[in-house]
Amino acid sequence: MSPSFARTFGMRTILVLVFAFLYIPIAVLVALSFNEGGLPTAWSGFSLKWYATLASNSAILSAALNTLIVALVSTAIATLLGTLLAIGIEMRRQYGKGLEALIFAPMIIPDIVLAIALLSFFSMLNLTMGLHTIILAHVVFNLAFVCSVVRARLKSFDWSIVEASADLGASALTTFRRVTLPVIAPAVIAGALLAFTLSVDEFIIAFFTAGAGRASTTLPMQIYAMIRFGITPEINALATIVMAVSITALTLSQRLNRGIIGQ
Amino acid sequence: MRSVAPPSRSSLLMAPALAWLAALMVVPCALVLALAFFRRGIYGGIEYTFTLENFGLVFDPLYVGIFLNSARIAGTATLIAVVIGYAAAYAISAAPRRWQPMFLFFAVLPFWSNYLIRTYAWIVLLNREGLITQLLRWFGYTGEPPSMLYTEGAVIAGLVYNYLPFVILACYAPLSRLNPELAEASRDLGASAATTFRRIILPLTAPGIAAGAVFVFVLSIGNFVTPALLGGGRFQMIGNLVYDQFLTANDWPFGAALAMALIAIMLLVLMAQALAANRASGRTTQAGGDTDG
Repeated sequence: MSPSFARTFGMRTILVLVFAFLYIPIAVLVALSFNEGGLPTAWSGFSLKWYATLASNSAILSAALNTLIVALVSTAIATLLGTLLAIGIEMRRQYGKGLEALIFAPMIIPDIVLAIALLSFFSMLNLTMGLHTIILAHVVFNLAFVCSVVRARLKSFDWSIVEASADLGASALTTFRRVTLPVIAPAVIAGALLAFTLSVDEFIIAFFTAGAGRASTTLPMQIYAMIRFGITPEINALATIVMAVSITALTLSQRLNRGIIGQ
Repeated sequence: MRSVAPPSRSSLLMAPALAWLAALMVVPCALVLALAFFRRGIYGGIEYTFTLENFGLVFDPLYVGIFLNSARIAGTATLIAVVIGYAAAYAISAAPRRWQPMFLFFAVLPFWSNYLIRTYAWIVLLNREGLITQLLRWFGYTGEPPSMLYTEGAVIAGLVYNYLPFVILACYAPLSRLNPELAEASRDLGASAATTFRRIILPLTAPGIAAGAVFVFVLSIGNFVTPALLGGGRFQMIGNLVYDQFLTANDWPFGAALAMALIAIMLLVLMAQALAANRASGRTTQAGGDTDG
């Protein structure tokens, strides 16, 4: 056995073990969601019945609708604000470290801290909490992520073409629409997809800013409540759907971003 | 070349987002900081008299114990995640070039699914009738099912599982940029594989390890979902303590003081990393400055 063979063998073993560690827990979950009997202990045949049960669970359906509303609205606002912020920053020749830290902060502040901060803030203002407060909160971190994705794209942007467009008599708005936007569009969409997924998956901040009552329960809050109760085949099915949605959206986002790097 | 845009236009573009961050992040965080200096009211409200009691209480042996416990759990998870993540990144960087992006993609993919669901997957695995018990039975084990869920080990496993993809990414970056000629030269000069790894590869990839480690530690120490779900509430960490003060014990000022202590720990860790990175960059430019040449 040559040393290089031993080395290759060792490397392959590591890869197999790591990928097994990463994927077995998820695979078990997905497999159980299709298990007819619903028991985690025995496989009793393929079935979609747990997915059908989900479709008739009104608590889950209303939570899913709430999540969709929060994710769509917060993504729309964050995409607009985050993109403008990115353009504004990259236009400048220099900016302070304080600005950089302010934009970076929402990405690194522990969720629990932002969650209690917003809870204290909203209750101090005597604001009735609900979906609207979750949206206000989600825009905070979503806009930071959109901004960082768009900024990455603008790093290689040739600002002289903006100047050229202005010199040729185009208004600022026309220049934006015809010159800047087409260049950054893939990054804006990638950022929006990222924001959408983050919002769909976000639990802690939503949990603290949703207020009392079930009316503003989001999907992750519903999942958390169900998980605490125990393992059910229904959660397995719900988890499988949620995973499929986030992975699809983020794969798409990644693709768009890779297109950017490839150019 | 970047054109000099009128600063007014740039400010105008940035204003809405910065206003949003100021109103819904800076002000609320400042409010929490202020809350920490007030007293808890008799009926759970807030009494607006200045006090340092809450910070004093943070240093109560009971709570110091929880801080230390959190640091130990987060530290263990970090160590394990770094060892596994570095090995994985090393194996990926040793694979044929054209396969590497695909391996990386699949290493990060689980990271993109819901955190709660990834944690729940471990409940499914570790519960008394879960896959592991089934496997043991299959191998002929007949005794009581082992209790794996609601242990410290389960919390650590959950943290490692959730944050491993980031360590792989962070370690892969410097490993893939490593010039293979350096390792070859070291071996030609008579160094063993182990010495080459310890003296050449490890120091040059240390920034990746540090970035990955800081990430796992910071996210783990403030975590409250994993201890709540996999520790069954029996293993309190700082995150759970903050949660309790706000949602059950109703002592917001003390909860605020705990949150500030958490932020302070995070900032210390980040500063230590930045300092170490600064110092190391001086050395690595000497040792590996020509790697790209």
